[in-house]
Amino acid sequence: MYDVTYHRAASVDDAAAKFSAASDGQLLAGGQTLLPTMKHRLAAPSDLIDLRGIADLVGVKVSGRKVTIGAMTTHAAVAENAELAKVCPAIVKLAGGIGDPAVRHQGTIGGSIANNDPAADYPAGLLALAATIHTNRREIAADEFFTGLFSTGLDEGEIITAVSFDAPETCGYAKFPNPASRYAMTGVFVSKGGGAVRVAVTGAGSDGVFRHEGLEQALSKDWSAAAVDGVKISADGLMSDIHCDAAYRANLIRAMAKRAIA
Amino acid sequence: MTEISMTVNGRAARASVPDNTLLVDFLREHLRLTGTHVGCDTSQCGACVVHVNGRAVKSCTMLAASAEGAEVTTIEGLANGELHPMQAAFKENHGLQCGFCTPGMIMSATDMVARYRAAGKELTEEAIRHELEGNICRCTGYHNIVRAIQDGAAKMAAS
Amino acid sequence: MSEQGIGARVLRKEDKRFITGKGRYTDDIRNERQSYAAFVRSPHAHAKVKSIDTAEAEKMDGVIAVLNGKQLTDDGIGNLICGWAVNSKDGNPMNMGAWSALATDKVRYVGDAVVLVVAETQAQARAAAEAVEVDYEELPAVVHAVDALKDGAPQVHDNAPGNLIFDWGLGEEAAVDKALAGAAHVTEMKILNNRLSPNPMEPRSAIATYDEAEDHYTLYTTSQNPHVARLVLSAFYQVAPEHKLRVIAPDVGGGFGSKIYIYPEEIACLWASMKTRRSVKWTSSRSEAFLTDAHGRDHVSTAKIGFDAQNRIVGLKVDTIANLGAYMSLFSSAVPTYLYATLLSGQYDIANIYCNVRTVYTNTAPVDAYRGAGRPEACFLVERIMETAARELGVDPAELRRANFIRQFPHETPVIMTYDAGDFAGNLDQALEAADYKGFPARRAEAAKRGKLRGIGLASYIEACGIAPSAAVGSLGAGVGLWESAEVRVNPVGTIEVLTGSHSHGQGHETTFAQVVAERFGLPIDNIQIVHGDTDKVQFGMGTYGSRSGPVGLSAIVKALDKVEAKVKKIAAHVLEVSEDDLVVENGEVKVAGTDRSMAWHEVGLAAYTAHNLPAGMEPGLKEGAFYDPTNFTFPAGTYVCEVEVDTETGETKIVQFVASDDFGTIINPMIVEGQVHGGIAQGVGQAMLENVVYDEDGQLLSASYMDYTMPRADNVPSFAIHHHSTKSPSNPLGMKGCGEAGAIGTPPAVINAITDAIGNNDLQMPATPPRVWAALQAASAKIAAE
Repeated sequence: MYDVTYHRAASVDDAAAKFSAASDGQLLAGGQTLLPTMKHRLAAPSDLIDLRGIADLVGVKVSGRKVTIGAMTTHAAVAENAELAKVCPAIVKLAGGIGDPAVRHQGTIGGSIANNDPAADYPAGLLALAATIHTNRREIAADEFFTGLFSTGLDEGEIITAVSFDAPETCGYAKFPNPASRYAMTGVFVSKGGGAVRVAVTGAGSDGVFRHEGLEQALSKDWSAAAVDGVKISADGLMSDIHCDAAYRANLIRAMAKRAIA
Repeated sequence: MTEISMTVNGRAARASVPDNTLLVDFLREHLRLTGTHVGCDTSQCGACVVHVNGRAVKSCTMLAASAEGAEVTTIEGLANGELHPMQAAFKENHGLQCGFCTPGMIMSATDMVARYRAAGKELTEEAIRHELEGNICRCTGYHNIVRAIQDGAAKMAAS
Repeated sequence: MSEQGIGARVLRKEDKRFITGKGRYTDDIRNERQSYAAFVRSPHAHAKVKSIDTAEAEKMDGVIAVLNGKQLTDDGIGNLICGWAVNSKDGNPMNMGAWSALATDKVRYVGDAVVLVVAETQAQARAAAEAVEVDYEELPAVVHAVDALKDGAPQVHDNAPGNLIFDWGLGEEAAVDKALAGAAHVTEMKILNNRLSPNPMEPRSAIATYDEAEDHYTLYTTSQNPHVARLVLSAFYQVAPEHKLRVIAPDVGGGFGSKIYIYPEEIACLWASMKTRRSVKWTSSRSEAFLTDAHGRDHVSTAKIGFDAQNRIVGLKVDTIANLGAYMSLFSSAVPTYLYATLLSGQYDIANIYCNVRTVYTNTAPVDAYRGAGRPEACFLVERIMETAARELGVDPAELRRANFIRQFPHETPVIMTYDAGDFAGNLDQALEAADYKGFPARRAEAAKRGKLRGIGLASYIEACGIAPSAAVGSLGAGVGLWESAEVRVNPVGTIEVLTGSHSHGQGHETTFAQVVAERFGLPIDNIQIVHGDTDKVQFGMGTYGSRSGPVGLSAIVKALDKVEAKVKKIAAHVLEVSEDDLVVENGEVKVAGTDRSMAWHEVGLAAYTAHNLPAGMEPGLKEGAFYDPTNFTFPAGTYVCEVEVDTETGETKIVQFVASDDFGTIINPMIVEGQVHGGIAQGVGQAMLENVVYDEDGQLLSASYMDYTMPRADNVPSFAIHHHSTKSPSNPLGMKGCGEAGAIGTPPAVINAITDAIGNNDLQMPATPPRVWAALQAASAKIAAE
């Protein structure tokens, strides 16, 4: 790891100030992706601003069907939240399947979506749930937030504070993990609520998380595994790598969509 | 350099370390607690698992500075007396061979037992195998590690 | 059987330090004024080194030295060697290319070391290594063995034209061709054996310290064989004279073959410690380990097996191309030849076998022995083609095997092995019974109701452990002898130290070896200490690999115990004034048989050292050494049964049952032996379903971390059912056979046979990942649709 100057932020404003003062600052959330990247000398920020310990950023709030999750809430905290499990079990399941137990104790929802790894789980969940991403400057709709591989709608120095969504009538998530990394080789999040069906796919698209229109249309008419079978799922635009090709990922989109509905 | 202070295995630990010092390096190189191991550089093998504030974390993927003020427990500090029940279970069930992954395995095992107990969930063989996703062993084929954790969980419940 | 003797499930003596974090691995050691090494490694698979600019690096904070290959060569440090000479069929010697610890003119694989930086801290060493500028002229690379043999392929070493290292054969080709021509049925297959990365959890590490006052070197290293390391470092690499070099392999976190070899880093660190007068430490990162630890397997084979009308095998012909990587590692030549072709008879009575092996250079990491070393490749080939033949012939695969088993011992195969003992049908029966083979159709039908495809697969493996005797392996080109040494020291108080040339890196020698001693004299196991892994403490020994510690290492201890017992009896007979022949040693006493007269064990020890009352002419003391050179290999064998369920939507495969029946001869500690089998099976499952080293066409390693190289995790494997059905080996005093590699040898074909049975498509190569299984399922249904 290259030399870096460590700061612990006392508040979101403090973090923003420290970030602007740094020549090439980087926010440190759970660090479960950033630190390995820095260890491999693939990232060399001048300053790390640790958001750990900003109490305002931690916690899950459920009021009615309105869910708000603080940006520094760990995956474990989401996975273990009983209230959330009642209104949106799929997001609880999703969080409980990220990484491994030790990673879930450190990794955070804010860190995950700010990184927007094309094989991460949360982007699929938030996109399908039509979540809102709250920052220290504004609110961003998930559709505008996830803009491509490792890229987001965040501006320089903008800090995610929370995500919120209305728990849908029904939703589900299924992922087929990459056997080595255990990231999603393909993960599909389906949600139905307020007359709309949203289907988001992670791990498969060569440009990151995306919504699958064909599946959304079919499931809007008929919320069933049989409906999924009737959809043509193209391999165009899907990733091929040493683990599997695009055709297999297309097949996984179908298989995971069916499991997510079940 | 950054000043850090934390409690490691019940004792106060203070040092001035380079800002980029990982918790595992602080434990191994500064405190010379070499029972915590480094087996990979992608946060997957789990040889470095320690408890921070009672929760299993990968000490290779946490800055020492981030553990400021924390209670850290390593394999060296796990036992109150002679052996922790989980340590005894690993020995009695031949849950280790070369021993390199063992400290991380035991720290993960005690963490999972505590979490399942807190949640009132049964720690089945299937659950243990799933919970070990972040701990790699090359020697045992996991068979006896699973037995050891089942036995250790029973011993912990009894103690 | 006593509570702590042979056959007892004694808990391990070594465990306490490991479970409390007190193990002492190489990287746990830190010397005074420790300095740290970092290597500048080639980012190219194949390139000329045009120039090296170290000026910037030398100026950086904490940098002590920046050293290159020219300096190394100028200091007389020798090239790395392959220690087993294998000649081509035409009698020509193998074409071994030069391998310098630091590359001088050319780099040949990604990770090839070019420059060594020594600095005050690891961070400073790494930073300075990054500042070294190497000017490369990239050359085209070749990655696959088959491509390396093609006309116009990039030439890896000038002295290996066409990248061919040797073209070797074993058996009578004409006789096999004739037998196959007359066969009633011939099964032909192309069989790939995937390249693996060994991945012991402890990465390699070395700490070299030159002591100027004593003109002496100490090397702590992650080695399976510290004496062999010392010999090679001194005799061939001329880094330090043998009597001035102490090699210590402390606790070692797994080896699986990959820590047999002496690597460039150990040579470079020793040399650098002399240059800098500092203790120099290097510890591999996992990323470096993926690039530079010797890989395993990587064979491309075609095979033909012929049967007569009664389904008896008449001949087997095999053609194999083995990828040895960019340089010939220490035992690389022996693995695809004498450890491979010699096992192609499997458990079967086959009159005619011929195997041709071509070994080639490519721009990839060196390939050498990895758990099983040649025998997994042979077993996979034989057991896949037997299963395939059974399907083609429409007979039960178990019965086709049974009909062809060797039943008389000793049995000489056409590929120069003499099997000494076994009961192959006994192991098969035990495995089939334990797996409820008869009940499989019902289980398959039940799985089908759940929408799963269930399959069953067998593998009846045989392997050869404890390579021997030395004279025989010498005649086949080995550069070393393959005996083992032991010294048994009985102290004046009767406690015992056993110094063994074997090395434990997870195998539990501190317990099993002590059990043998405890059994012999009836002593408590805690009174026995096993000493190993330090060339200053232990006499020359050959180390641990090839499942040799039991059959060879323990046999040496038994020989030394024989000598101790003989002297003990002489002393006691003299003191008690009886004949030696009337004495027995048991329960910690030397007793006069049939009387209540005896001497306590510690009294004999004391008598030997006070020397007040010894037989005339007897030397004082009680310490005996032995070297044991076996008369033959031992032949562990058995049958594994694997049952899987395949998810048709994803190709995901779950092992739902795994049964092993092994014949390991005499077992000292069943708990430890079963642990060895568990680990071996998991590595076999890894090869069959998960693990694969992948380079791209330019020679860049794509499976370079645990993000992309699939290690078996706890949820990839089931619990295993291990059974024993043993015949004693007549080739060593305890009747042992070796158990360390069986699991890795027998498992891959059992798994692939099960998956192919489930999906109804035999065209499936390892690793059988979900996408591959799914594709094979699609191909099978397309074929059915077309028909």
